[in-house]
Amino acid sequence: MNIMIVGVGGQGTLLASRIIGNAALALGQDVKVSEVHGMSQRGGSVVTYVKYGESVASPVIDEGQADIILAFEELEAYRWVSYLKPGGTLIVNTHAIAPMPVITGAMAYPEEIVKKLQEKQVQVTACDATRLAQEAGNVKAVNVVLIGVLARTSSVSKEEWLSALRETVPPKFLDLNLKAFELGYSI
Amino acid sequence: MKKLMLGNEAVARGAYEAGVRVAASYPGTPSTEITEFVAKYDEVYAEWAPNEKVAVEVAVGASIAGARAMSCMKHVGVNVAADPLFTASYTGVNGGLVLCVADDPGMHSSQNEQDSRHYARAAKVPMLEPADSGECKAFMKEAFALSEAYDTPVFLRLTTRVAHSQSLVEMEDRADVPLKDYVKDAPKYAMVPANARPKHVLVEQRMAKLAEMAETSPLNRVEMGDRSVGIIAAGITYQYAKEAMPNASFLKLGMVHPLPTKLILDFVSQVDTCYVMEELDPVIETHCKAIGAKVIGKEKFTLLGEYSANMIRAVLTGEVPQTAGKADEPVPMRPPVLCPGCSHRGVFYVLKKLGLRVSGDIGCYSLGGSAPLSSIDTIVCMGASVSGALGMEKARGADFSRGTVAVLGDSTFLHSGITGLMDVVYNKGTTTTIILDNSITGMTGHQDNPATGFTIKGEPTRQVDLVQLCHAVGVDRVVVADPFELKEFERIVKEEVAAEEPSVIIAQRPCALIKKAHYTGSYRINDKCKNCKMCMKLGCPAISLTESGPVIDETQCVGCGLCPHVCPFGAIERVGDAQ
Repeated sequence: MNIMIVGVGGQGTLLASRIIGNAALALGQDVKVSEVHGMSQRGGSVVTYVKYGESVASPVIDEGQADIILAFEELEAYRWVSYLKPGGTLIVNTHAIAPMPVITGAMAYPEEIVKKLQEKQVQVTACDATRLAQEAGNVKAVNVVLIGVLARTSSVSKEEWLSALRETVPPKFLDLNLKAFELGYSI
Repeated sequence: MKKLMLGNEAVARGAYEAGVRVAASYPGTPSTEITEFVAKYDEVYAEWAPNEKVAVEVAVGASIAGARAMSCMKHVGVNVAADPLFTASYTGVNGGLVLCVADDPGMHSSQNEQDSRHYARAAKVPMLEPADSGECKAFMKEAFALSEAYDTPVFLRLTTRVAHSQSLVEMEDRADVPLKDYVKDAPKYAMVPANARPKHVLVEQRMAKLAEMAETSPLNRVEMGDRSVGIIAAGITYQYAKEAMPNASFLKLGMVHPLPTKLILDFVSQVDTCYVMEELDPVIETHCKAIGAKVIGKEKFTLLGEYSANMIRAVLTGEVPQTAGKADEPVPMRPPVLCPGCSHRGVFYVLKKLGLRVSGDIGCYSLGGSAPLSSIDTIVCMGASVSGALGMEKARGADFSRGTVAVLGDSTFLHSGITGLMDVVYNKGTTTTIILDNSITGMTGHQDNPATGFTIKGEPTRQVDLVQLCHAVGVDRVVVADPFELKEFERIVKEEVAAEEPSVIIAQRPCALIKKAHYTGSYRINDKCKNCKMCMKLGCPAISLTESGPVIDETQCVGCGLCPHVCPFGAIERVGDAQ
């Protein structure tokens, strides 16, 4: 199983990949998680990978190899869609964050991205995870809302997701994150 | 117990289990977390040194004193540490000495793509290269054993994808490795020519023995499969190749210097076609060709960037992957930017406004070079902002210097900017240096440094006083200013640039991502907005232009309060808690 997490540096994609990695461990399989540190974390386009199976060699997912893409932002979903296998699953947060070329007016933010994605060989689940995170109490919980959405479609049980969550997030943010998970899980 | 562990954490765990006592490093992506994880073990003394040269010297001293010691750095850090490295190769060790170096193919977070394997050859030091976290831990322990057995420093080479990937690691206990005796031994450790000449003989003998060891060491392993294709690879490239061609035959090298000869010739003779796959330079390939092994390497594989399983598959089989589809139009790039609330934004806004040339440096503030701030002219290496600006002045005269500033961070200034500043004073330059003092080493993920007042273990310590330091090297004009007080900051910059003597401006404001910044709430743009777009000149990712004018994304705004300073109509107002 190849899961790609794409988003904007600072959105918490790294923590999301760690939670998914810990949940995958419960399946008793080989797991690899690839992270991004350093410069690209400063508001750039960031990609992390979680792969699990009998034996995983490369920690990286190449074009056309992802089963699932978890996109924290619409434009990033659009940018990385070619990394999905034909018929793959795309979970997308419909919240838009303008990149610098759009902010400076050099380029326009593409319109109707979700509609364009639905026209491809992709199973799209779209939701405003940023709004749900605010509802849970903090916009930073957007990563856990999306993990909630992912959890519904996965072969890992809900209990195991919750225990991965408890293992990974700092205890003082646990309640907030449990709430965020439920909001995503029940969309 | 098996645990999912980052490559860097596994290196730290390996060092801990090997009984390491001293770790000294300077942060650098993708190596930083090794030292952070090592510092969590109470049994290990760990420190952030001011730069890589100092760090390696601390580790060398600890080794000579009998402790197992380590130092970690990114590829360009080895350039800084090269001086002690080349001579530590001659002195050899007492306690085991391991230098971890993390290369960055693809330049995710670096200014060049140099291949540190050349250093192993040049300094005549063995180098191991793990391919996953399990090997990171195992090879680190093996590196300490080799170091003591062959009386040599040992390199452990990582690349970004190994350093920053998690895979399963089996935890073991820490070995009880007692401190070795310290005995004065000047012929071994005092490298004057008379002592160094016989040491060079020993270095060559040692490398010959290690090359012999490479023939049979379990670090290098043969996996025979389909004999029509043979692949020689190490590190992450082995993983890419294994994924692309799972049935091929492999010679997986765990030691990339020195390389075996007989083992390679035997392997090549058993397969129909043999490929050498290695990111960056043809180090293994050149060796293979020198020993007469018939291999295909850079004829088919690039010298540039990262490899991938898809790329290897395409070269070997011509296979192109099927995908779910592509975007129907050009997708705007999303380059990294200065964060919302970044303390550097005010500085670059002023420098851009004044049209100054900026001699830049390595750190988050390199992002001040991107549009719309676009205010950096040059970036070369750590510390080069100050010395480079002096060079410009000496080439073009003091008037040119009136239009130029050097810009670097607090940690970078202490790393190697201070020597440049001494040069400015000593050689009668008039350069203006702006130290962006955000109270932390930012880009690498918030490490302490000699100016923050805390050690790597979080203990309070004596703080370097940047003002006194600048005075001490002979700069009389030193001003401390808040870069968010834009008008005052602009006045100061104009005055200091005009001064006919060296000057330093310390732009003091904490990084928005650390607690010390104390930002709360957010701002919004009200109906007083006349759509003049002045706020757009800040290049803040939280402010974007819509058809009805600029808007602030409240989910991104951290409430730093810079943008109201540029709005001529008072249209930007606070939402939420007052500061």
